[in-house]
Amino acid sequence: MTAPAAGAAARYTWGGDEFLFVEIDEAMSLAANFRSNAMASLLGADKVGGITDICPANASLLIRFDPDVLPPAELEERVRRVEETVARAAHPTLDTRLVEIPVWYNDPYTNETAARFRTNHQRPEGTDLEFAARENGLSSIDEFIRRHYGSPWLVSMVGFVAGLPFMFQIVPQEQQLEVPKYLSPRTDTPALTVGHGGCFACIYSVRGAGGYQMFGIAAAPIFDPAQSLPDFKDFMVFFRPGDIVKFRPVDEAEYRKIQDEVEAGTFKYRQAPVQFDLQRALEHPAEYNREILERLNGI
Amino acid sequence: MAFEILEPGLATTVQDRGRFGYYNVGIPQGGAMDALSAEMANALAGNTPAEAVLECTYMGPRFRTDDAAVIAVTGAPVDVKVNGGARGEWSRLELDAGDEVSFGILRGGTRFYIAVRGGIDVPVVLGSRSTYGLGGIGGLGGRPLRAGDLVPVGNGAAPDGSEPPQEIDPGLRPVFEKEVSVRVMPGLYDHRLTARGMETLLGATWTLTPVADRTGLRYSGPEVEWEPRQQPFGAGSDPSNIVDAGYAVGSIQIPGGKEPIVLHRDAVSGGGYAMVATVISADMDLLARSAPGTKTRFRSVSMDEALAARAHQRSLRARLWGSGD
Repeated sequence: MTAPAAGAAARYTWGGDEFLFVEIDEAMSLAANFRSNAMASLLGADKVGGITDICPANASLLIRFDPDVLPPAELEERVRRVEETVARAAHPTLDTRLVEIPVWYNDPYTNETAARFRTNHQRPEGTDLEFAARENGLSSIDEFIRRHYGSPWLVSMVGFVAGLPFMFQIVPQEQQLEVPKYLSPRTDTPALTVGHGGCFACIYSVRGAGGYQMFGIAAAPIFDPAQSLPDFKDFMVFFRPGDIVKFRPVDEAEYRKIQDEVEAGTFKYRQAPVQFDLQRALEHPAEYNREILERLNGI
Repeated sequence: MAFEILEPGLATTVQDRGRFGYYNVGIPQGGAMDALSAEMANALAGNTPAEAVLECTYMGPRFRTDDAAVIAVTGAPVDVKVNGGARGEWSRLELDAGDEVSFGILRGGTRFYIAVRGGIDVPVVLGSRSTYGLGGIGGLGGRPLRAGDLVPVGNGAAPDGSEPPQEIDPGLRPVFEKEVSVRVMPGLYDHRLTARGMETLLGATWTLTPVADRTGLRYSGPEVEWEPRQQPFGAGSDPSNIVDAGYAVGSIQIPGGKEPIVLHRDAVSGGGYAMVATVISADMDLLARSAPGTKTRFRSVSMDEALAARAHQRSLRARLWGSGD
């Protein structure tokens, strides 16, 4: 994994008269994402009048503001101060939570959808999982799936559409699963598809278009506009940037059981609070990941 | 009271001024695409600017009111009919219980607005009544209207103080042209275009394609040249790709150098295409009024010019409401 991008200053640029864009780094890294999230939470805690949206992304930060209330120059100055504060933090940590997401890998729903969009695929004769395994030099799809759920993932960004998490695998760069996106996007993706494009995993929160390869289907909702499940009592979107995700493989029987719990309104995600330590994650990834994943034991 | 929808029209949705503060989880601002037209409809109906209206795209609905109502229709030029008789846009219309309202064929533009005194009274979701179709929230069941829907209308007391305008001064009404000049601020990832690429973007005449909706508008025209580079880790393989980032509303992306896309009020909140300029807030309505085929030029302005245009719009609105927003 790359070292924390300590010195490099962010790039500030305007998206019209209502958006300030701060590029932390051109390349994706855990450290860049950490800075984006840290800046977003500090800026949010300041409750600056005139800021309407603070959107941390993978390696950048987008801020929407009302220039009638907060002049652009003043906003930039405030954000630069926040950037300096974050850069000064000697030992960056993130108070977040670990969440377990049950996934039915190699399920019939995404396989059926993938079969309908085969013509332009990199591997027209196979499945997305077979393509992904081969791209990563793995001997079988089972091994690919093991690598997928074997390490934790950091929610590096939430968006595109309502509540969709992008996730970055917390392992050294050379161990990250990388799979190219579809050559031309699908017009259909089942809701809750676990997808992958480039180095990012995602879970499609709603049914719709998509370009990520499809590996499985999450068993429970992540976007619940009716707020019928206990995890959605306060907000209809489940994921927040900075969440740490542990995928847990389930078979069809367990998938159906979870579906019944969702139907009955009783399903709850297993989760535990965790303080994520960037330095330890970068210096001792294997050991630190084991330690994180164990937080769910007994919960 | 309620409007009974007899025919829904092509894509009729409930919209207000939008939903802010949830873009960080992918929920867009939404709200009326042509905000000024929607605001004028509210002014005529005797509402505040905050009331929800119906946004009608290309083909309007046919509906019946179950009670007396004060309505107004603004936006793209269209024939308004009450019980089959011709009425006008841009003016206050009084309806009796049982009256049926219908519309002719659009004569230009894309969207028109129906405001009713008291506003469309659907539940407020995350601070707004606006319909967000992809997420299925807001509006009536989170979707466009259907035949048989009963659209609830709020209890609109006549506004206190000044009497609402009977009609909008013709000099204030937006125009719906086949050629528009849209002001943009270059920025974001504009350095990823070659100098010639930026000249193409700002010099060419672009044609709005039929691929234009509340999420964004796609334009056809010449190819735009990207600076080749070794792509950074996590960005896609095309020179127009970046590590997925937040998208500014109004930003212009040019996937693969072809067919620029401008994101509008139901924008996807992020993705992996480099944005190279952003339409200024004062000109977002202009895009919303554009019909497919509209010849469009993007003109570069500075932040100061963008803020001056914004102030000018604000003064226009103040005239609409007598005092100010």
